[in-house]
Amino acid sequence: MIAIIDYGVGNLFSLKSSLDYIGVESIITNDKSEILKADKIILPGVGAFRDAIKKLADLGLDIVIKEEANKNKPILGICLGMQLLFDVSYEFGIYKGLSLIPGEIKPLKDVTNSLKIPHMGWNKLIFNKNSSLFKYIKDGDYVYFVHSFYGKTNSEFVSSYTEYGTPLTASCEYKNVYGTQFHPEKSGDAGLNILKAFSELE
Amino acid sequence: MITKRIIPCLDVKNGRVVKGKNFTGLADVDSPVKLAEYYSTNNADELVFYDITASSEERKIFTNILKETAKKVFIPLTVGGGIEKVEDFDRVLKCGADKVSVNSGAIKNKNLIKEASRIYGSQCVVLSVDVKRVDGKFKVFSKGGRENTDMDAIEWIKTCVNDGAGEVVVNSIDTDGVKKGFDIELLKLVNAAVNVPVIASGGAGSIEDFINLYKEIPTIDASLAASIFHYKEISINDLKLRLKSENISVRI
Repeated sequence: MIAIIDYGVGNLFSLKSSLDYIGVESIITNDKSEILKADKIILPGVGAFRDAIKKLADLGLDIVIKEEANKNKPILGICLGMQLLFDVSYEFGIYKGLSLIPGEIKPLKDVTNSLKIPHMGWNKLIFNKNSSLFKYIKDGDYVYFVHSFYGKTNSEFVSSYTEYGTPLTASCEYKNVYGTQFHPEKSGDAGLNILKAFSELE
Repeated sequence: MITKRIIPCLDVKNGRVVKGKNFTGLADVDSPVKLAEYYSTNNADELVFYDITASSEERKIFTNILKETAKKVFIPLTVGGGIEKVEDFDRVLKCGADKVSVNSGAIKNKNLIKEASRIYGSQCVVLSVDVKRVDGKFKVFSKGGRENTDMDAIEWIKTCVNDGAGEVVVNSIDTDGVKKGFDIELLKLVNAAVNVPVIASGGAGSIEDFINLYKEIPTIDASLAASIFHYKEISINDLKLRLKSENISVRI
């Protein structure tokens, strides 16, 4: 059972539907006992970092997620959900994240020169290392991105990059904590296969 | 590098796709759910559902169809038609839409884009604008292209992007339905005026028209069309293969 964390942001319907589609049981919840019971956690999210981290904290879910991560439960953050896993974000100020993946969230405009922002559309994954999430996909597969900020972390934690003026973190992992900047629930077969691989993690 | 998006648009009325009648190879030719599934497994990069209903009864049918589609289609879904208030955003986002496109609603309610982008984020708010030349000037038309608002198109688009629109669909009334190519002159102006993704709409009649669009305006992001895809005059696969052979980046 995967717990999809519901803290009032994002298109949870699509994420739940994509897990249903591949036959993986999931529940949309903000209830601590349900999250503890689940064997995996997905942290979704769209919108601004500041609002999202506040909503998580208001519901006491920041602590729950950290505790579960420390118990070695696999956690997947998607898009803003991935960014929340980092140490700090510089979106509209300076805000502390959950510190489950070492690194910072920084504005794309500082690195992409004159390219359009948001980085929106289908872009290629360039594998940086082996990841159990890539079990069913291949280097060069396309996935769907929508973001204006990016995760800056040590290369050893980056499982794949994508190229948008400069190499950007497409997916990252640190111990049992995983993040995708792209939306697997909107990335056709490649995305479904990443969710499938996540659901099969021990 | 990011790819150029090819986006089929489905006009949905009373639960059925309008203009889909000649579509071959499908048992239920005008079912939006079936068509959406077909497109998503045949290399469409995104889908637009346009709700052309009027009554609230029909609107309920539309949102049910949206839900059914979002259960089976895992590429981005944009919904437009009848979006006039923030509650309309809420209604379609809950049913699985990823982006919401506003047109006349943004003209009527000048705060709509600001409010919606603050709540749902800019990535969720698509400005759709119908443009026509009047005495050599590009003007914004509302109500499905029937009414001249007398607003300057470029100024209006800039205002909306400043307010938080994260993407712009430009429908040229002059080239729409003519099938002689996109409105390159207009699209060039819009693409140069804003720094968010721009989607070309109106006028595609052949694969060459798409090639021409991306060659003439290399930084334009996507193209949208309806009948040429529905009537299978062009298959998205063939289109993408040709674009690729012209060194235009596409997802195949």
